[in-house]
Amino acid sequence: MMLDYSLIWQNLPLYLDGILLTLKVLLISLACGLALAVPLALMRVSRACLLRYPAWLYTYVIRGTPMLVQLFLIYYGLAQFEAVRGSVLWPYLSSATFCTCLAFAINTSAYSAELLAGSLRATPRGEIEAARAMGMSRLTLYRRILLPSALRRALPQYSNEVLMMLQTTSLASIVTLVDITGAAKTFNARYYLPFEAFITAGLIYLVLTFMLVRLFKLAERRWLAYLAPRKH
Amino acid sequence: MLHGYGSSILDGAWLTLNLALLAMALAISLGLVGAACRLSPVKWLATLGEVYATVVRGIPDLVLILLVFYGGQDLVNRLALALGYEQYIDINPFIAGVCTMGFIFGAYLSETFRGAFMAIPRGQAEAGAAYGMSGLQVFWRISVPQMVRLAIPGFTNNWLVLTKSTALISVIGLQDMMFKAKNAADATHQPFTFFLAVAALYLLMTSLSLLLLRGVEKRYSVGCRTADL
Repeated sequence: MMLDYSLIWQNLPLYLDGILLTLKVLLISLACGLALAVPLALMRVSRACLLRYPAWLYTYVIRGTPMLVQLFLIYYGLAQFEAVRGSVLWPYLSSATFCTCLAFAINTSAYSAELLAGSLRATPRGEIEAARAMGMSRLTLYRRILLPSALRRALPQYSNEVLMMLQTTSLASIVTLVDITGAAKTFNARYYLPFEAFITAGLIYLVLTFMLVRLFKLAERRWLAYLAPRKH
Repeated sequence: MLHGYGSSILDGAWLTLNLALLAMALAISLGLVGAACRLSPVKWLATLGEVYATVVRGIPDLVLILLVFYGGQDLVNRLALALGYEQYIDINPFIAGVCTMGFIFGAYLSETFRGAFMAIPRGQAEAGAAYGMSGLQVFWRISVPQMVRLAIPGFTNNWLVLTKSTALISVIGLQDMMFKAKNAADATHQPFTFFLAVAALYLLMTSLSLLLLRGVEKRYSVGCRTADL
């Protein structure tokens, strides 16, 4: 079987716009997700039951249900309520881009919160004891010692989460957005060349994955250098 | 509350469960083959296993599902035409779903199995050989029972992700609970209610699996000391 790539070259702008949209959705949802994840992780490791259990329930429910269901609940589901349709937020909540970013941000916040909480719990005792001995208050301890150290140590797992999110963004094509997968679907619908359409999309995702892996390697070398095995 | 659509959604849930179990069975076999390839001293087999694991894990599930469904359809019909069969063949979304999911998660499981196998101390296989066991005996009596214990955490994780990913198969027309809920939502104009019901069913499935697999892990970890922290 021969693949016909001349039509792909002609439709390159379609795929390029798709790449831009994928990256946009990815960046927005990751940024919002991480901003949500930090307070959630702090709640998760807190000793107060009133903080710990709601955060546990949130991450448990989000991590226990499929992303597609969450996306449909927000995109199709919210319109069921009169109050939502009448609210000032409706122009946003009826937009596919906004709903997709919202659903993705909520999803990644739960996973990131769990891995950040794990990283916080793994903080070496000595670091905390040293901070206390220096007379730091709880707030200073969190701000200067716990969070910077936990965020750094979570970097390798967080890179995994980012890669998973890149793959998850393909679901945006189900709610009419033309991301990379959406571009492939459009191409397939136009010419009925399924192999060319989806193999191209797959290759683009692979390249993006490798680039992100490389980026995180560099970030680890920058921020986790003190944990690397000794070379001399 | 569900306007009589409850039983139809439960039927869909049964289909989802079947799909997930069959796909997992396929994934376990592919994962074992993949892990064996990657651990093999034969160079091209190792490369093949490595390519399978890397490529499949780097491409979104949805793209692979669409590729297999539309591409497979195209291929089957061209093949049928070449063999002189004139009628148009429709691919069954259930079979397409099982194959694609099995293929994808085989790659993830090959990583889990490879890690588990490598975590068994070499000395144990050597001790087995010293007792006069054959290679196959060492594999079944020494390696496999320990591999199960070491692979369970990774396996649990993959099973949960797979169960949740089955929702995507509704996109290619499988009448699973997601598909049924979408139909019911369109008919009654109550999408939130129905998708919430589906979310609850998925949560039930993942929670039960988690409990069950924790039991299995405990069973296989009998006689294994854990570090007290």
